[in-house]
Amino acid sequence: MSVVDPDLIGPGAGGAPPTLVAPASEARTARNERLRLLLRTPTVLVGAFVLLFWVTFAILGDRITPYDPIFDQSQDVLVGPSSEHWFGTDTLGRDVFSRVLAGSRDILLVAPAATLLGTVLGTAIGLVIGYFRRRVDDVVSRVIDAILVLPVILTGVVVITALGSRSPLIVTILIGIVFAPLVARTVRAAVLAESELDYVQAARLRGERAPYVMFKEILPNVMPPIVVEFTVRLGYAIFAVAGLTFIGLGIQPPSPDWAVQVFEYYSFVDPYWWATVFPALAIASLVIAVNLVADGVREVYER
Amino acid sequence: MLRYIVKRIGLAIVTLFLLSLIVFALSQMLPANVARAVLGQFATQEAIDSLNHEIGADRPAVVQYLDYMRGFVQGDLGVSLASQTPVWSILEPALINSLKLAALAFVIVVPISIVGGIVAGLRSGTLGDRTITIFGLSMSAIPEFVTGIILILVFVIWLGWLPVTAQWDEGAGPLTQVKHLLLPSLCLALVLFGYIARITRAGVIEAVDADYTRTAYLKGLPTHTVIRRHVLRNALLPTIAVVATQISYLVGGLLIVEGLFNYQGIGLQVFLSAQQNDFTVLTSAVLVLGLVVLFVTLVADILYGLLNPRIRFGTAE
Repeated sequence: MSVVDPDLIGPGAGGAPPTLVAPASEARTARNERLRLLLRTPTVLVGAFVLLFWVTFAILGDRITPYDPIFDQSQDVLVGPSSEHWFGTDTLGRDVFSRVLAGSRDILLVAPAATLLGTVLGTAIGLVIGYFRRRVDDVVSRVIDAILVLPVILTGVVVITALGSRSPLIVTILIGIVFAPLVARTVRAAVLAESELDYVQAARLRGERAPYVMFKEILPNVMPPIVVEFTVRLGYAIFAVAGLTFIGLGIQPPSPDWAVQVFEYYSFVDPYWWATVFPALAIASLVIAVNLVADGVREVYER
Repeated sequence: MLRYIVKRIGLAIVTLFLLSLIVFALSQMLPANVARAVLGQFATQEAIDSLNHEIGADRPAVVQYLDYMRGFVQGDLGVSLASQTPVWSILEPALINSLKLAALAFVIVVPISIVGGIVAGLRSGTLGDRTITIFGLSMSAIPEFVTGIILILVFVIWLGWLPVTAQWDEGAGPLTQVKHLLLPSLCLALVLFGYIARITRAGVIEAVDADYTRTAYLKGLPTHTVIRRHVLRNALLPTIAVVATQISYLVGGLLIVEGLFNYQGIGLQVFLSAQQNDFTVLTSAVLVLGLVVLFVTLVADILYGLLNPRIRFGTAE
């Protein structure tokens, strides 16, 4: 302990474990401040409102839709929008309006789960390579570069074809794993900057083990970029899940998922446009909403 | 400068090697049995064994990898499992078609997004800036097939101006080809617009705030000279690097857009090979696309170095 300048460690030196992390109340004030700023941004409010709308329908699902989104099959096949069927009906006579309302459930499960998986994995990898640097960093960074050469959707095609089976779970794990290197790159950069600071040196000098320094000392201080990364990644996850579903490799019929509907009916778009256009617009509304919120979060955290 | 270039090329080769390992490992470990996947579940064991022997799938993985890579380097990508024709004869025309589509998308998006970014950056905080930024942000988030459906609804079904498929008839002239490619390339362009415009905007704002810009103003240069010579020159540098990184997204977009518009490019080929379990075509297509992405990124890195005096004169890496 004698080599460490007591000023670095602060008043706790010698007694309780010293800490340079901001006290809890200060962290809470910063959090409240950020939340207040977020709620004052009009684009964030619009995004949050749309997001809340789709989350509500994802939870309530077929309990409140006018018709059953999967099993209701009337005689009216492929009829255009009318007062009875606002968005028309599809080839099986199902009400497109009900299917659009019920269609947010799968993507709102798969995309956040995949993003969460990617963020947790990526944070762990980023902490390790940012902390140990040198050999570990060089090797892992090269592998990450190689994985990132391919777009997510191409990796998805190869992996899913090779596995020979398709399911929402596979897509979740796949996107989580592909996103991990991207998150790791961001976290690594933050950890490298953080490792230069005195509190990390102090923790090392007091003989703390590497996992303790990484997860207890550094992690709380690199949370802001991780939160930003999560919200931005969520938008990309929806993009990727929808893309894989559109080429038939993601969420599977008979789910009323929007991309499934587009996948099933895009070849009938002329003249039966309603069966594709309304679900397509729903996807657009969801991704725009998520990105408006993500953009606001980034602005608030990076100011 | 030479050191910078050599280092970039070296890194690209290492990345390509790792990529080939990853792709090969995927094609090896996942289909428990390539022959089974090709011949179907009712094939006899003898037929499967003989096909496995014919394509060399019964040899050790390391031998197969070295053999495959030797072929790849010499331009021999093997024979398609599904159609028994050489893989390159399938991939070459598809690649050329995709390059046409991608080139048109770039020709559309690069000038528009850079001008959009410059306008937004010079008027940051105004309504015009907010409009461009939010439009770009929204467009870059919407999957290509969604924009595609909306564009088809408007330009094909309502207005009847453009054809619904991207594939032109045999022997069509360049103008007809462009007409067919307009909608699919627009889908790709819209996704890229937001990102390129955003980076340009950020570069412009940074350059406008920089000391050298203030100096230029204070020594009495006219505004347009300051913007052209000092602001844009510095702002466009990062944009070059960013345009190149978008090539990977563009390749991903090809898969979707070529499917939607039924265009015989490499994206559609990847999709068809996946459906037919044609692993020789699939892995080669993926490696070729990886090679294209790496090559474009490498060229952009070197170009960036040549244009950036800090790297050109070796004061920074």
